[in-house]
Amino acid sequence: MYHIISIKDFERGEIDELLDKAQAIDEQAGPFTTLSGKQVALLFFEPSTRTRMSFASAVARLGGSVISVDSVEGSSISKGETLADTVRVVSSYVDVIVLRHPKEGAARLAAEFASVPVINAGDGAGQHPSQTLLDLYTIRQSMPLEGIDVGLLGDLRYGRTTHSLAYALSNYDLTIHTIAPKTLELPTSLINELLDRGCEVVEHEDISDVINELDVLYATRIQRERFPDAASYYNVAESYRITPELLENRKEHMIILHPLPRAGEIDPRVDALPCAKYFEQARNGVPVRMAMLEEVI
Amino acid sequence: MQEEPRALLIRPIRDGTVIDHITHGEALTVLRILGITGTTDEKLSIATNVETRISGTGGLKDIVKVSNRELSKEEVDRIALIAPNATINIIRDYHVVEKIGVEIPRHLRGVIRCTNPGCISNANEPIESAFEVAPNGLHCLYCDTVISSDFAQHII
Repeated sequence: MYHIISIKDFERGEIDELLDKAQAIDEQAGPFTTLSGKQVALLFFEPSTRTRMSFASAVARLGGSVISVDSVEGSSISKGETLADTVRVVSSYVDVIVLRHPKEGAARLAAEFASVPVINAGDGAGQHPSQTLLDLYTIRQSMPLEGIDVGLLGDLRYGRTTHSLAYALSNYDLTIHTIAPKTLELPTSLINELLDRGCEVVEHEDISDVINELDVLYATRIQRERFPDAASYYNVAESYRITPELLENRKEHMIILHPLPRAGEIDPRVDALPCAKYFEQARNGVPVRMAMLEEVI
Repeated sequence: MQEEPRALLIRPIRDGTVIDHITHGEALTVLRILGITGTTDEKLSIATNVETRISGTGGLKDIVKVSNRELSKEEVDRIALIAPNATINIIRDYHVVEKIGVEIPRHLRGVIRCTNPGCISNANEPIESAFEVAPNGLHCLYCDTVISSDFAQHII
């Protein structure tokens, strides 16, 4: 049985294969029948809009149907049931479990107890492999993943999407630029891991130092609660805001991604520029998740 | 000057296991890791802060003797994290029949508590903590947290 728990479990060839599969799905009009007559449980013990809806859409497009839990309240978890028991029981109802859970490692645990494949749809501050795969997919739509300069911007200390993405990118021969305020830099342990994997990592504090070198800018939210007061948050947030002026001398083919939702990191005027790919990125969640479901079934 | 008479701190055991060269001060932690508590049946002798001439030990060591129980290598390897120089002597009829060192095992299950409060292994689930011993420390197989120091503090 095959589970998708962490991007770290993937060899580069396996990532490429999955992205190829997503592309093939994207290029076909359908109809798809892989999940015809099959049911998928969406167990979402944490709020999520995009991930849950795009998984539901992916299941429907593959001809399957969904049964779901959308919160802890009203589920057996609120009665004290363990996740292990929930997963064992739900396994007997469905053909695949898609799990979102606030605890890190929850998907790994679920895979130990489930008798059907488990797909991790985000576990706390831990892994979120479908987001990483759709990020890679969106980059690959615009350029090859080799020999490029990728900037990771924002809260790199706590942001799980950037951690997973950085790790996945280290499978490829490219340069990662980290752009973050002091105290929110990428953790040293992760930088060392990337370096050990042969990746080039360049750290920056000021976005204007590097913006014109980048092929990809991956922006993430800088969260207000990371700062002692509102004033220091607004100062930092303002200095990392992506505006058309900042992008004036960008590389011609440069693209901007963001896992969304965004707060104020990207000026809405940027949306009209050809480099703004974040809505396309969100759309890519469907074919990538369809490919993941096909992979495990 | 008159020399102090030599005396045995603890008596030899007839059958069982002697764990020698335990890092001084860690004997009780070693027993805890091995699951030997005041409520289990083993007959125990414990000596702490015993003088030793072995260099790098600060001149002191602890010794634990467990009568009528032969500990397996797998059991004893769990103590390697806090007592890497320990030696295990299996005793039968007062004779050492086997002497082995400890090795840090590749995987540790149920020995160390993950330091990440958000890790599922710290929730009320029917699992044991699981770590892989990596060059940079202990890597939690559930949440990827790496514990690189103070292992004894995190022993379950």
